[in-house]
Amino acid sequence: MDITGLVDLFFNGAVAQTYLPDLLRGAWITIYLSLAIVIAGLVFGLALALIRLVSNKAVVWFLRLFVDCFRAVPPLSVVLLLYFGLPSVGINLSAPWVLWLTLSLILAAFAEEIFWAGISAVGPGQWEASRSTGMTNAQTLRYVVLPQAMRLCIPPLTNRALAISKNTALGTAIGMPELLNEAQTALSFSGNATPLIMAAILYLIIFMPLMALAGSLEKRMAWGART
Amino acid sequence: MSQSIAQPMLDIHALYKSFNSVNVLNNINLRVMPGELVFLIGPSGSGKSTLLRCCNRLEEPSDGAIIVDGINITAVATDINKMRQRIGMVFQQFNLYPHMTAEQNVMLALQRVQKKSATEAREIAHRELTRVGLGARLTHYPSQLSGGQQQRVAIARALSLGPKVMLLDEPTSALDPQLVGEILQAMMDMKKEGMTMLVVSHEMRFAREAADRVAFMEAGQIVEIGTPAEILARGPESRACQFLSHGH
Repeated sequence: MDITGLVDLFFNGAVAQTYLPDLLRGAWITIYLSLAIVIAGLVFGLALALIRLVSNKAVVWFLRLFVDCFRAVPPLSVVLLLYFGLPSVGINLSAPWVLWLTLSLILAAFAEEIFWAGISAVGPGQWEASRSTGMTNAQTLRYVVLPQAMRLCIPPLTNRALAISKNTALGTAIGMPELLNEAQTALSFSGNATPLIMAAILYLIIFMPLMALAGSLEKRMAWGART
Repeated sequence: MSQSIAQPMLDIHALYKSFNSVNVLNNINLRVMPGELVFLIGPSGSGKSTLLRCCNRLEEPSDGAIIVDGINITAVATDINKMRQRIGMVFQQFNLYPHMTAEQNVMLALQRVQKKSATEAREIAHRELTRVGLGARLTHYPSQLSGGQQQRVAIARALSLGPKVMLLDEPTSALDPQLVGEILQAMMDMKKEGMTMLVVSHEMRFAREAADRVAFMEAGQIVEIGTPAEILARGPESRACQFLSHGH
């Protein structure tokens, strides 16, 4: 195959122009779904870690069971189970809701472990120093422990949030018109691979800034580091 | 002097503490008068730090009472967070908040516990940090300070809340030898200003020179107590004397 044929197949201007609106619509769905997943997953994950901090052994056992299950199961199996299984018990969730719920729970499970590790890494001396000045446990957590834990948590949380957001592409398995699904549809209609290249580029445009944001957060929180 | 009618600032009465049925403190009785500097000495594992940590309930006593400035801090009805503002504590490892500057370390409890405005808290922080000789290090982070400077920030953090008594748990043990002097100086300054202090330390020379009384602990009990001169006069058959006369 000569080079013009290759360009025609992968970088076809006419095809790109035809399907760009569809792909942008798909990209928009990917963006807001990803944001909703990251927000819900992190909030729920932090909540679980805080519950674990104040709970007795029995509660912690259930919490860890939940966390381990959602960390172990492949996201696609949960998506399929919720989408095709729940209707048989009378619960009908639309595709975006299934995807949001699944990925939020999975992210929460990972985030809980990360937050917990971060909180545990702040030594007992910090709690004692703060409590010795009359601060309550809640104040100590908020002003002394969590700010230090966050610095440790941000790199692994970013990795995990990005990895799980990218799973919005699983929506294609349950017919949700997110970015990859739109690209596949366009591929079938046009018989041309250009839409897939466009989707890849759009994924880069969506997720690269997030990585940069995480990097700058890490830098900003490197308090008092000698340069 | 009205010393005879004065109330003790810190009154430890029949105090017991056990961890998993091991008695770490065994019927401790100790009265520290206002302005007094009392040293707790003794071999490791004798319960010195545990006793100190019971005095602001970082450790919960198993039995007995601790009365600070007339208030029983071990009583259920006592608001321990309120009392802890009157009981300053300094730790061996400084325990400064690493994500905050020196002044923020001092300001935190002033703002969050004593509900002072940022301006007022900053003024107090500057005053206390200047008093321990760190007026030029206000915006330094702990990682940018020497061990001695960090410990002085910790002292300023405790003093800023206006405590009636200071508990110092091996305040110089984590310091390089050449930095010990500045902490001992800070302790002397506190003493001159009339602060009541209970100190766990291995600085025997300082104990001999500056302590009003020395309490010698062994196996969870105070087995000897007296002024440094009294204890040194007891001669080599006294364990406390052996301890106090050795070391630097």
